[in-house]
Amino acid sequence: MAARGLVRKGALTDNPIVYQILGVCSALAVTNRFENALLMGVSLTFVVAGSSALVSALRHIIPKRTRMILEMLIIATFVIIVDLALKAYAWEAAKVMGAYVALIITNCIVMGRAEAFAIANPVRASFLDAVGNGLGYTWVLLAIALVREVLGTGKILFTTLAHAEVPVVPAALIRAIDGQFPLLLILPPGAFLVLGVLIWIVKALQGPGREV
Amino acid sequence: MAPQIHWLLVLFAAVFTNNILLSYFLGMCSFLAVSRTLSTAFGLGLAVTFVTTFTSILNYGIYYGLLDPATSLIGIDLRFLQFIVFIVVIAGFVQLVEMVIDKYSPALYQALGIFLPLITVNCAILGVSVFMVIRRYTFMQAAGYGLGSGLGWFLAIVLIAGIRQRLRFANTPWPLKGVGITMIMTGLMAMAFMGLAGVASLG
Repeated sequence: MAARGLVRKGALTDNPIVYQILGVCSALAVTNRFENALLMGVSLTFVVAGSSALVSALRHIIPKRTRMILEMLIIATFVIIVDLALKAYAWEAAKVMGAYVALIITNCIVMGRAEAFAIANPVRASFLDAVGNGLGYTWVLLAIALVREVLGTGKILFTTLAHAEVPVVPAALIRAIDGQFPLLLILPPGAFLVLGVLIWIVKALQGPGREV
Repeated sequence: MAPQIHWLLVLFAAVFTNNILLSYFLGMCSFLAVSRTLSTAFGLGLAVTFVTTFTSILNYGIYYGLLDPATSLIGIDLRFLQFIVFIVVIAGFVQLVEMVIDKYSPALYQALGIFLPLITVNCAILGVSVFMVIRRYTFMQAAGYGLGSGLGWFLAIVLIAGIRQRLRFANTPWPLKGVGITMIMTGLMAMAFMGLAGVASLG
């Protein structure tokens, strides 16, 4: 399959979160802040691309019976790299996301790509497939985070990548609602509601006839 | 994390106010996949409770006995290995439990057997071990947290399975059927659990 096709498939038409409902835990957990969602998306893309390429490169050596545990070890190695890098260069974000970065190990997207694609395909294709899925995960995270942070607080706050506060909602509107944003959206229930509605919208746009 | 919180309070908070699924979103994959019927949800919930309790105790012993230089027997800082060690302990424990149950209680194996392999990739289990380290729990707190998180997950999946069984006869808009409506129901459930937030809290 052409390179563009592989990336496109993972990022859009077979999106891991919306269509396969994989990797939902972190999609909900880190999306109360746009910046954290971005860091998480990049981290996951790195882990899935790296581990898929490595699993694919070793696919003729890995014995069939022990492949799960070996895939798990390869994934865990990449996660440790990300975890240490975040602790070194983005300490504030690492404190907030620490546990969820560790949980990339059990993120079904990563294991899913290793098991469903990389173990039986050449390195380049596996890498592109993984990047596509990573991008698909990242854009859904960013979309959820944008809705939650903007509607929940009225601004986008950057503390790690930059020190800035981007006011998105016009001041007149903030005055009109007396500064009372629906805090619920950045609390846990908001995550479930926003993802539920996002799945609703995407499926409605796609038209009936596609079962998930 | 304040070390003086009684372990029973940790257990209570892990079930209700800081539910591992409803406020930390862990274990969503199997929560969505295995909550179509009440009986399977019940079986998986039991298996998860059992495994979280024992792996949190095991991982506690291994982390403080071997990996953390301040308390370990070998005095080398091996904390960077914690994720790999935790996941191997969990996978090994699940495998062991499966073999023991298979040998001694075929009836229980029939009930739980198919769920056990699923548990290795349930992030709630790994999450409990990771949170236990991050929050610096004492041994009893870690055990209480493991049991409480398991019970909390059990409660959440049994409740949603009950709701989903009833929803099957409801007139849901087609794009919302399945995962969409389950997500929204879970959101409402999380809101209900937030009502208990003032009772106890775990940072």
